[in-house]
Formats: sequence, C-alpha cells, structure tokens
Amino acid sequence: MSADGAGGAAATGDGLICFEQVTKVYGQGTGAVRALAGIDLRIGAGEFVALMGPSGSGKSTTLQIMGCLDVPTAGSSFFRGLDTATLGGDDLSLLRRNYLGFVFQGFHLLARTSALENVELPLVYRGISTGKRRIMARTALAAVGLSGVEHHLPSELSGGEQQRVAIARALVSEPSVVLADEPTGNLDSGRATEIMEILATLNRQRGITIVMVTHEPDMAVYARRIVRFKDGLIVEDKTNEAPTSLRPPRAVAVSP
Amino acid sequence: MILLQAVVIALRQMLKNPLRAALTTLGVMIGVAAVIAMVILGRGATADIQGQLAGLGQNLLFISPGQPGMGGPTRGAAHAFADGDADVIAKSVQGLRAVAAVTGSPVRVVRAGASWSTAAVGVTEDYLVAMKWQIRSGRPLTDEDQRTGAAVCLVGETTRQELFGAEDALGKELRINGAVVRVVGILKAKGRAATGMDPDDTMMVPLSFMHRRIVGNDDVSSIIASAVDGEDTSRIQEDIIALLRERRHVGPDEDADFFVRDMKEIEQMVGAITGVLSSFLAAVAAISLLVGGIGIMNIMLVAVSERTREIGLRLALGARARDVMLQFLVEAMVLSTVGGLAGIVVGLLGAWGATRQFGIPLVVDGPVLLLPMAFSVVIGVVFGFLPARQAARLRPIEALRHES
Ligand SMILES: Nc1ncnc2c1ncn2[C@@H]1O[C@H](COP(=O)(O)OP(=O)(O)OP(=O)(O)O)[C@@H](O)[C@H]1O
Ligand SMILES: [Mg+2]
Repeated sequence: MSADGAGGAAATGDGLICFEQVTKVYGQGTGAVRALAGIDLRIGAGEFVALMGPSGSGKSTTLQIMGCLDVPTAGSSFFRGLDTATLGGDDLSLLRRNYLGFVFQGFHLLARTSALENVELPLVYRGISTGKRRIMARTALAAVGLSGVEHHLPSELSGGEQQRVAIARALVSEPSVVLADEPTGNLDSGRATEIMEILATLNRQRGITIVMVTHEPDMAVYARRIVRFKDGLIVEDKTNEAPTSLRPPRAVAVSP
Repeated sequence: MILLQAVVIALRQMLKNPLRAALTTLGVMIGVAAVIAMVILGRGATADIQGQLAGLGQNLLFISPGQPGMGGPTRGAAHAFADGDADVIAKSVQGLRAVAAVTGSPVRVVRAGASWSTAAVGVTEDYLVAMKWQIRSGRPLTDEDQRTGAAVCLVGETTRQELFGAEDALGKELRINGAVVRVVGILKAKGRAATGMDPDDTMMVPLSFMHRRIVGNDDVSSIIASAVDGEDTSRIQEDIIALLRERRHVGPDEDADFFVRDMKEIEQMVGAITGVLSSFLAAVAAISLLVGGIGIMNIMLVAVSERTREIGLRLALGARARDVMLQFLVEAMVLSTVGGLAGIVVGLLGAWGATRQFGIPLVVDGPVLLLPMAFSVVIGVVFGFLPARQAARLRPIEALRHES
C-alpha cells in the first residue's frame, strides 16, 4: 500500500481525493433519504479544506466516503487514484490504517478504556511496539493539552477533553490525511483556537492534508479553501486567500 | 507476537468488565466441573464395587431357585431348595471347599432402648468361609448350634453399632421378631460400598433357628458353594446342575427350575448396572455442560452486539476484519479456557471430597479432565466467533452507528 498512485484504474490521477457525481442514499423505498445528490469534488495533497453548511446537508456523509468508511450509492469516489468501490474491505482497512486519521463527530472513544489506550489504538494495527506506542500517545495527548489525564477513562473526562482525546487519536499515527468532523464543536474559543493552530501547523509544516467540517466561521478561516453544502449539493467552493487573517462577513457564516 | 498481544488485550478486556467475565467463566466452570466430578465418581464407584466383588474371590458359585432374570421376580412358582440339598452337593461334587445353605429375612431387632431393621440370614457354618467373613471377637456359628437350633447370632459392624454403640455386645441378648437370641460373635467390618450397599448391615443366625423361629418353614432360598482354588468352576457348575436336576426331578427335556451363577457372570451383571449408572450420571452432567455452553453463547452474543461499535471503531482505525476476528477468537478462548481450568480444579476437588465421603477410589485420567474443557472452549469460540464475524463484515460506518 505504499506505492504512491499505483492504482491504474482511474484517469483521475490529479487529486488525492476525488468525487465524481457522488450520490448517497440512506435507506430504501419511501423512507429513503438522499444525503448527497451527485457532487463533484477534488482535493489535492496538502490542502486545508473546511466543509460548511446547514445541518443535514451531507457534510458528515461526504467525510465518511472520503475516508473510505462508506461507499457511494452512485458515482465514484477515488482515494489516491483508487476507486473505492473496487476495493475490498481489507484494502480499505489498509488505506485507513496507513493514510487516514479521523476525528468523529461523536468522538467514538472506547468506554472503560483510558485516554492513553484510546490514543494508542490506531498504532496497535500499525504493528508499533508497546513501549513506542506509549511514548507516541503521550506526546499526542500533550500536543492537545491533555498531559496528566492519560489514565482517566472517557467517563471521567469533560466533553471538551474527550474531544481532544479524539483529536490526539487522529493525529498520533501521523497520517497524511486528517478528516475531522467538527473537531472544535465542544471546545471554548480559546481551546478551539489552540486546536486550529495545531491543525494549521501540521498542514503548513508537514504538508498534511486536512478536511474539516465546521459550523463556525471563526474556525473555517483557518482553512485555505471553504466548500459550502446545501441539500446534498455543493453550493459554493472558494479559496480563502488569507487564512486566519481574513475575517469573513457575518452574513456568509449564517446560511439557513 | 500478535497472538500474545491479542491475549493481553483479551485479559484487559476481561478486567474492564469483571462481573461479566466472572459470570461467563462461572457458566463454563460449573459445566466442566459437573462433568468431571460425575465421571470420576461413576468410575470410582465402579472400581469400588469391582474391588468388593474381587474380594470375594473368583471361585464362588451362587445357586438359586427359579429362572435367571435381571433382578426382577423369578418366573414360575419355583420351589425352594430342601434342607439336605447343600449337604448332598458338598458330599457328591468334587473340588468344593465350602457349601452353605442360606435363607434370608428382613427382621426388626430390639434391645432395651434400641431397635434396628436389618437383613438376617440363616446360614450353615460354611457360610463364613465361603463369603470370606471373619470374626472380630467371639466365636463363629458351629455344627452344634446348627443341630440344636441354638438361639445365638453373629452381628455385622453396622448392626452392632446401631444397637450397642460403645457398649460391648458379646454375650448380650437381643429380640428378633419376638425370639430372644444371644450375641456370640462380632463380624469384622467389610466396609460400605459406593452404591450405598452396606454388607455390615446384617446379622447371622443358625439356619435351623431361622427356619423354626423366624420364617416358620424349611425353605432354603439359596446355596453358596466355594470351589477349592485352582479348580475348574465350570466343571463344578455342570456337576451341581446335573445333581440338582436329578434331586428336583427335572426331566431331560425340561428347563431347569434353578440356576447357578459364577462370579464372572455376577461381575458382568454388576458391570452392566454400574455402566448404565455412570453413563446416566455423565449424561446429566453433560446437560449441565450444554447449559453452561448456552450461557457462554448468550454472553458472547450480547458482548459482540454490545461491542459492535467498538468493532466499527477498530475497523475505522485500520483493523482488518481478520484482526478483529482474531481478537474476539482469543477473547472467547481466554474466557472459556479460564472457566475450563477453574472447572477442572473445582471438579477434581468435588470428586476428591465425594470419593472420600463415600470411601471409593479416585480414578482420574487425562481425557476425563480435558474433553469437557475442550468442549466448552469450542462452544465459546464458535458462538463468540460467528457474531463477531458478522459485525466485522459490516461496513465500518454501519458498525459505528450500531445501537446496542
Ligand atoms: N445512517 C443514516 N441513515 C439514514 N439517514 C441518514 C444516515 N446518516 C445520515 N442520514 C441523513 O442524511 C442526511 C445528511 O446527513 P449528514 O450526517 O451527512 O449531515 P451533516 O451535514 O453532517 O449534518 P450535521 O451538521 O448535523 O452533522 C441527513 O438528512 C441525515 O438525516
Ligand atoms: Mg455531521
């Protein structure tokens, strides 16, 4: 899985992540919900993209398909040039293992499992030794400001702390792509800014690709590109010429 | 290495939910322990009975009226043996060491303040020799007792204990069904059998006394013959049959109205009975093992369904279906192995205690210990594995969204 761009299937070599007319329908018959209504999207290596839009507009769905956790109902999604529909479960697992880091909207921390062990989890499947895992996990927790709670259980952490554990877990394996679903949703603005600084630094210094869902314009400004969703379609895709320094007018932020 | 890690994860997982782990292992433990204890007890009891029979020696012949049956009532109105039959056998058949005529009767024995129901046997003096009874104190029954129908008796250890406790029984008087008898000898204990049969719960009186004062007729209900060591018991058996056919006027084409059994046949009969008994015990225990297995299955199903989200998360973080499978496989195995090992220990302890209680030998071998455990491990693995595989085949996002 290390061979870069080895997948010959696609003529979509440009772009790390590529959506072609991606449609996602949940359920069947009368209860079916069309979460994505045919979107085209191309994200190159090293980009920092914010996905915005009203609740239910399909942002999480997009992120899940990008992250090879789910496949489109129609259309194609490519990761590193590979059509995910043609890959088996194990191949998708290996893509996730080797390239991807997730921050889930609902955190998904393992209950009755310490913060440290939670953060170690992605490393387990990379075959990293216990001792090294420990060190890497501590470092990642320290990076999100969580030194000292390594041995706390998720049930003993505040919502914001749980969120930061989830972020540490996404970053610990030094993935080349980080997919974050509202990573600052539960944080006060000070903490949120810290996290955004971490993400922006990773993006700038190490060229890590970041795709982040956010509702907050203050956070979106850290991204260099902002994609706006509505009713399962992309309604706006614009470059943020001056990340973090540019404050967008309030009107853009609140779109019903 | 990976396996070792899976074992470590499995152990940690157990510690995270100790109550559930304990309950799962408890189910396995009880099942395994029950089977092991039952099988060991069954074997011990069999060995014990065989030992008791062997203690009587190989050269005994039991002669009974009627047709041979498996313990049920004998067919036809077979008449009992006559008083002289045993003497004639002793005189005419070569190679016999002792021939005893026996008539048994349940009796109620009363002594000032104590009473005890036991089986009294009226016997001729050869009975002690044939059945290998020894006298602990006092004297055996004699020819003289027999001729005069003396009111004397020998008491077995259990009977003595019940009637006399710590007192000395020799020379004391007892009432049997109204008749007064004097204790002249105390029998040496043979020990209770695992089946609950107690050979020491007995008393012996002269056959003539039995006839006159207890049963009120002259019937001899069986004859026991003991061959000299090294004599051919089948030849003796034939001689006895020929002799008795003649004495009892059985025509050449008629079936005999009596039968002779040697020890081999009796051992086979007893073997068949204890065999049925031990398989019955084992079957009951196997059901408990099955119930234990269903318990594991239940808990594994719950565990997997409850941990579907965990499976989803692990898949999302890069685990392959087979990584998840390995983990669940190992967890199920660790749980059921721990339960199985505990079951072996508890089963052995139980069997040890019970065999000591009943005074039977402890017969243990590898398969008895390992098969029940292997069975429960297989159940745990199969029923943990199947639902886990189901979950591992889900798309990760579906597993993550699973509501338990
Ligand atoms: N598993 C599912 N089954 C059925 N419908 C679903 C499922 N997941 C999402 N949906 C529906 O698909 C639509 C898009 O959902 P999605 O989670 O992508 O929205 P979102 O943009 O992330 O919203 P939010 O900002 O509230 O997180 C919604 O209408 C939602 O109800
Ligand atoms: Mg969402």
